[in-house]
Amino acid sequence: MRVGHSTAAYRWLIVLLSVVLLLSCLIALAFGPASVPLAKVAGIVGQQLGIDMPGEWSQSQAHIVWLIRAPRVLLGALVGAGLALVGSALQAVTRNPLADPHLLGVSSGAALGAVLVMLYLGEFIGVFSLPLAAFMGAAASMLLVIGVARRNGRMETDRLLLAGVAVSFVLMAVVNLLLYTGDQHAAASVVFWMLGGLGAARWHVIWLPALCVVLGLVTLQMLGRGLNALMSGEQTALSLGFNGRRLRLQVFTCTSLLTGVLVSLSGAIGFVGLMVPHMARALVGAENRRLMPVSALLGAIFLVWVDVAARTLIAPQDLPIGIATAALGGLFFIALLKR
Amino acid sequence: MTQLHIEALAWAPQERGRAPRPLLQGVDLHVGPGEFVGLIGPNGSGKTSLLRCAYRANPPDQGRVSLGADDIWLRSARWCAQRIAVVLQEFPDEFGLSVAEVVAMGRAPHKGLFDGDSAEDARHVVQALAQVGLAEQRERAFASLSGGEKQRVLLARALVQAPQLLMLDEPTNHLDPRYQLELLQHLRSLGLSILASFHDLNLAAAFCDRLYVIDGGRLVASGTPQAVLTPGLLRQVFGVEALVDRHPLHTYPRITWITRP
Repeated sequence: MRVGHSTAAYRWLIVLLSVVLLLSCLIALAFGPASVPLAKVAGIVGQQLGIDMPGEWSQSQAHIVWLIRAPRVLLGALVGAGLALVGSALQAVTRNPLADPHLLGVSSGAALGAVLVMLYLGEFIGVFSLPLAAFMGAAASMLLVIGVARRNGRMETDRLLLAGVAVSFVLMAVVNLLLYTGDQHAAASVVFWMLGGLGAARWHVIWLPALCVVLGLVTLQMLGRGLNALMSGEQTALSLGFNGRRLRLQVFTCTSLLTGVLVSLSGAIGFVGLMVPHMARALVGAENRRLMPVSALLGAIFLVWVDVAARTLIAPQDLPIGIATAALGGLFFIALLKR
Repeated sequence: MTQLHIEALAWAPQERGRAPRPLLQGVDLHVGPGEFVGLIGPNGSGKTSLLRCAYRANPPDQGRVSLGADDIWLRSARWCAQRIAVVLQEFPDEFGLSVAEVVAMGRAPHKGLFDGDSAEDARHVVQALAQVGLAEQRERAFASLSGGEKQRVLLARALVQAPQLLMLDEPTNHLDPRYQLELLQHLRSLGLSILASFHDLNLAAAFCDRLYVIDGGRLVASGTPQAVLTPGLLRQVFGVEALVDRHPLHTYPRITWITRP
């Protein structure tokens, strides 16, 4: 099942996954409370992209598909790709197969930022207030974790993992305290955000996660050789000419910023960043420059379909996508273990 | 050809809240072009720390480590990795890299950020794996190899680095007698400058041009195996009694440990 070292086979896999992702996005547009047949979906998308397609559809169908569903599907793909990418890089750099994007306390920091805005400031700069506050919280908690983990100017991986866990607990305690004592209406909307959802997707915000995911992928691919070396040990990395400390700081900064942007738009979506890298490794092995693109594509496909499930399982209501990823992902993993 | 020169080296580990206790003091050592130099000493004597100072992992508190005319601490880690390859006792792999992927890492110091893997890189990898007798294993998972095979893969990675100086930390650990001899004979035939630490003194005697003896962080003897490996020194440094005579087939000394009945 594993794709060997032949470059041609690897290229075909990338092409195949890209096609699957495109088709998945297209098909996902057809799902939702209002049914729009796939042929009409294709027509609407084609028209928006300037291609003349046969068929007829109503103005409201076009509105639903292009203005509501399309950015949502796209955000799902971007968040899935970004989280899986971050998970792959963090697992390599910490040499810990259980590392995931929420490792460095980013999600709890984002939650704290969101809670503070929702409970005390309100939407002070409109719809961007919550994402912005969540991102600031994420960045602050990342700095806090790195600060706690440093000792004598050094930063060891084990200390970083422990610092991440400790800071997360403290921040979540504050979040829960605020939710418990605060206005219940605002608290409910924060809890809903924390469970994860792609409902906030709009065309005018999609460029930001898109840019971040692309920059993240390019940056981490450039650091790929160093990630491989670091995965084999601190001294090994050094003997191959990599400064482990600087490389780790680069990877942590890059992944935390990317996670911060994604979490601020979609809430804390678990499982994708933890498990998708393992699925990708089963396909192409652990070499990070081969792994990361595959991991990103698989993550995107996975989250697009989980979001379809989230939109249809209890339609017309949305199931928070974090619940769906956790449930589906956990069951999938149990099935894999029991096979 | 470049030489490794270590002069008046002192090094202490950094620990918070404690006065630094030097683990290495006044170390003078050099490795000439094409020379195979062995480093011997009891456990905890500072062999690994000294090697780490020499491959630019431990910054020395005093003294100087230079390769040719260059102080390695005035050069980058990458500069060093282009010239010094290290075979370590470190092979964690939780993720299932293949043998070829582990060996290919050795090309890293010669590649820029945007360089892909070239056909030349692939050729280096194939060649090095053939040299250590593992050409058939290139697609296997590194983690599934035996300790000896892993050691040889790491040697292949060091060879792919195309170094001028090779350092090895107890390279014959995990190897059965056949591979111990094969590995060391192979190392000798490379014609590289080599600095290696040894536990097995007979192997060190058989293969090294010169030996340095380290005890308590200081060099206590150096010279040819004949000059260094004397019963007196073995008693003083290792605390054991031994007979030393000439190897029946060669000119190097042979050590026979004296055990109590």
